[in-house]
Amino acid sequence: MNVNKQFDAIVVGAGPSGNAAAYTMAKAGLKVLQIERGEYPGSKNVQGAILYADALERIIPDFRDDAPLERHIIEQRMWVLDDASFVGSHFRSEDYNKPPYNRYTIIRAQFDKWFSSKVREAGALLICETTVQSLIMDGDKVVGVRCDREAGDVFADVVILADGVNSTLARKAGFHGEVKAGNVALAVKEIHFMPEELIQQRFNIKDDEGVVIEMVGKITDGMMGTGFLYTNKDSITLGIGCMLSDFKHNENKTAPYQLLENMKRHPSIAPLIQGGEMKEYCAHLIPEGGFFAIPKVYGDGWMIVGDSGGFVNAVHREGSNLAMTTGRLAAETVIAAKAASKPLNASTLKAYQKALDESFVMKDLKKYRDMPRVFHENPQFFTTYPELLNKAARTMVTVDNVDKKTKEREIFSSFRTARSFTGLVGDAVKLWRAFR
Amino acid sequence: MSEAKPALKPAGRGRNLELSEELKAYKGVWVFIEHERGHVHSVSWELLGEGRKLADQLGSPLCGVVLGGPDEPLDAFAREAFTFGADHVYIMRDPVLNGYRNEPFTKGLTDLVNKYKPEIVLLGATSQGRDLAGSVATTLLTGLTADCTELAIDPNTRALAATRPTFGGSLLCTIMTLAYRPQMATVRPRVMAMPRADETRVGTTSEDTLGLIETGIVTKLLDFIADANSNRINLPYADVIVSGGKGLKNPDNFKLVFDLARVLGGEVGATRPCVQAGWVEADRQVGQTGKTVRPKLYIAAGISGAIQHRVGMEASDVIVAINTDPNAPIFDFAHYGIVGNAMQVLPALTQAFQAHLAQRVRKVA
Amino acid sequence: MHIVVCIKQVPDSAQIRVHPVTNTIMRQGVPAIVNPYDLFSLEEALRLKDQFGGKVTVLCMGPPQAEEALRKCISFGADDAILVTDRAFAGADTLATSYALASAIRKIGSEQKVDMVFTGKQTIDGDTAQVGPGIAKRLGLQLLTYVSRIVETDLEKGTITVERRGEGGVQVLRTALPCLITMLENTNEMRFASLPMMIHAAACQVRKWNKDDAGIEDVTKIGLKGSPTVVSRVFGPTPRAQKAEMMTVESSSLRDISLNLLQSIFTVHPTLEQDLVDKLSA
Repeated sequence: MNVNKQFDAIVVGAGPSGNAAAYTMAKAGLKVLQIERGEYPGSKNVQGAILYADALERIIPDFRDDAPLERHIIEQRMWVLDDASFVGSHFRSEDYNKPPYNRYTIIRAQFDKWFSSKVREAGALLICETTVQSLIMDGDKVVGVRCDREAGDVFADVVILADGVNSTLARKAGFHGEVKAGNVALAVKEIHFMPEELIQQRFNIKDDEGVVIEMVGKITDGMMGTGFLYTNKDSITLGIGCMLSDFKHNENKTAPYQLLENMKRHPSIAPLIQGGEMKEYCAHLIPEGGFFAIPKVYGDGWMIVGDSGGFVNAVHREGSNLAMTTGRLAAETVIAAKAASKPLNASTLKAYQKALDESFVMKDLKKYRDMPRVFHENPQFFTTYPELLNKAARTMVTVDNVDKKTKEREIFSSFRTARSFTGLVGDAVKLWRAFR
Repeated sequence: MSEAKPALKPAGRGRNLELSEELKAYKGVWVFIEHERGHVHSVSWELLGEGRKLADQLGSPLCGVVLGGPDEPLDAFAREAFTFGADHVYIMRDPVLNGYRNEPFTKGLTDLVNKYKPEIVLLGATSQGRDLAGSVATTLLTGLTADCTELAIDPNTRALAATRPTFGGSLLCTIMTLAYRPQMATVRPRVMAMPRADETRVGTTSEDTLGLIETGIVTKLLDFIADANSNRINLPYADVIVSGGKGLKNPDNFKLVFDLARVLGGEVGATRPCVQAGWVEADRQVGQTGKTVRPKLYIAAGISGAIQHRVGMEASDVIVAINTDPNAPIFDFAHYGIVGNAMQVLPALTQAFQAHLAQRVRKVA
Repeated sequence: MHIVVCIKQVPDSAQIRVHPVTNTIMRQGVPAIVNPYDLFSLEEALRLKDQFGGKVTVLCMGPPQAEEALRKCISFGADDAILVTDRAFAGADTLATSYALASAIRKIGSEQKVDMVFTGKQTIDGDTAQVGPGIAKRLGLQLLTYVSRIVETDLEKGTITVERRGEGGVQVLRTALPCLITMLENTNEMRFASLPMMIHAAACQVRKWNKDDAGIEDVTKIGLKGSPTVVSRVFGPTPRAQKAEMMTVESSSLRDISLNLLQSIFTVHPTLEQDLVDKLSA
């Protein structure tokens, strides 16, 4: 039984980027083999997450029919936290209640399984519990993969690496160097189960509506990072993450789970999770180096998609949509090349880079390319400014005998004292530059 | 293939939950008395103890059923059964029943049931009991509930309410066989308490014939190879057990469990995951699918206390639990709980017990 | 030689958790696996195939997703896979399950004579060990449970000799084919699937039978209707009324904790102390 015959494409990994690539190619009639290391698709991925409908719609237009979705998001809250307070802005709109909904909360274990079943329905072959140990090279050309099973070599015209942030394959093949601690964030998450009615009451939502809270400030103990809270049907996901390098250099040596514990105790957050039962805990790495950390993502017979290519927009916390989009773009490149009977070498696959550059993926990453560095070099954005902001708000909001002009002066002076005038200007310039 | 007369069911699409008049006439709580080479398995006595309570509630007789060869001491077994509460023992004696085989024993028990119509039949969940129970229940086309941890009579329906763990032991469920008779259940050894023997009790016996000849039986029993007695792990009857779970992190740390067990003169047990991982022999597994134990002292190290394990040891007199997680379920039913690292606590306990007991032994000596 | 192996797809009970609010089983994220006990039986069947040639058919009664479990068996070397799936089977207890599986096996036998049937000793979600004996009874097969070793198979004479675990020892039994065997756990080790086998399993077609394809003659005997046992109540374990006496290693030294514990236990249970002393004196 010679089944090691050629496939058109091998996809390594069954996460969102791998599934997007495999599905798109299989739907177009290509012979695809997908190889997943875990026991089942999603076993290596972590729990509560956000699904960006637009990215998935472009792959599976009718996904809403049977995909397991928790809540559709109608309200986004942005909080800047001090030790016992926060300044926040909310955006909630009835427009988000008009289908088709734009964002959903999902539980990855269920969602990945569903996505994977679609991939198989489309005609791709999926094998699990199989690890790709190395790429098989013919000179500089990738011609297949070697797996950890007997007779483990299998060949294809192109290998798409979708094996996540910790990918060793690309590194082993020399396509890029080690993942630096400064380019990766370590995030921890917990899922707390709560009755549906309680969640709805507490977050001012009904039926399947959902809320997302993004948080920055003192909760990250001076490190560069963010916290978040998502509402699922009968549970909430909350988590916090910071740059791995920051954890290493943190004076207090605060461990990630400790950050999460402190966050849970914050007087603005504790009431939201009260009465919930923590039932799942997990940690994972997120690529956050941004534009400058993206390696070469194509070559002779190979392409990289998703987290293993560093495609994460940390500023807006978008990862899975970039994963799905890069997976789709890679697949479309392969499909076009096959249709034109072109060999899948670097010069043909260059079209993938072009497609990326023209899409929001690279445009956004390029826009925020300085962000990691700016935030990393300016911890005041995570400590001093949240404090100042909160104090300023307190001053203005508190009604006492003080006249408003005095209050304003007080606020300005506090800012100047903390950062000096030049510092303030400098910070503003840095921020503006980083966001530009 | 012999088929019992199936229960009369009302015609209709609905599920049958009504007991027909004919089946209402079934009376009697029966316990299958399992024996091997001259000894009755103590689970049969444990079941008589439990069966006595059920029979009293129902106002029905409690009967034992024993099948065996002509040279086996079946009358002696019957007399012993009386001391444990049986009112009557049905005996079937035949050379073909010498040594357990599925075919003749299934026919024997099935024929007795069809003739004397008991409402409840209990068997031990041993290799013999489970082999036999499944075959008999299928022949009689009736309900069988396995590995019950609790048996009770539902006062409204007079039916047997059999409780057992479900979903791998995460929850308990109560199962009833409402419209079929007899209601069959198996119970693992040591789940029910051993009753006290009342030597003054007597009862009646009756004999029935099997009606099979050896040449008609396909399976032949060629030999019985007894286990070597030395080094037998005797967990179900141990008075002191020290058990280890996955919280011990690696198999080497089981040494600490063995050390403490030795100082206490006890046995070493383990959870299912440890056995599945190959850390210790399968005979050491305590739990729903392992051994049920009733020691005086049970020390659980690095065990979370999932119900699957719990049902195997919760009848212990004193339960001491050691776990790093203060929310571990085991602390819900332990008597004493130590929140800490088992790898540190075990040696400390070993030392403390050793010193204390040595001192007391010296006093005695 | 044609062997049928019955398998079941079960939630991995080691990973099952109970929803703290609704007290139901949280199936999400719990992987479904081939019942581990079934694998010992499957491996034994594959070894017989290696020895005598022939075919191994795996059979499963379950929901559509049980197809995964059958594919896994194909990757190990089974030749054919049949999923008997129909809403009518839902809610079946062991009596109704053995009826359905026996019908399916009869149907399989009508395509190609079946020499042996293997089932797992028990499932990790039901743990009853009743279906194997039930199938054997309905098909008139000789039943051999708790088999620790197949000693000899003689296809010419149509006999098989096995060692069967009993209490305190091992029975040596010989019987005639066709028979039904349930293997004891840890009697063998499942082979690893090669990559070509994995790919073959991913690509192969699993046959799906509804109740008619499976040859069900009497629908009142399957599913909920055909189940004499009724689950009247499901509940979580009750916590003990009296809470445990708790000590934390953080707050006191190990030595103090140990001494406190001994003191507590022996004060409340003086006979226990005496028993331990007696044991050690003996």
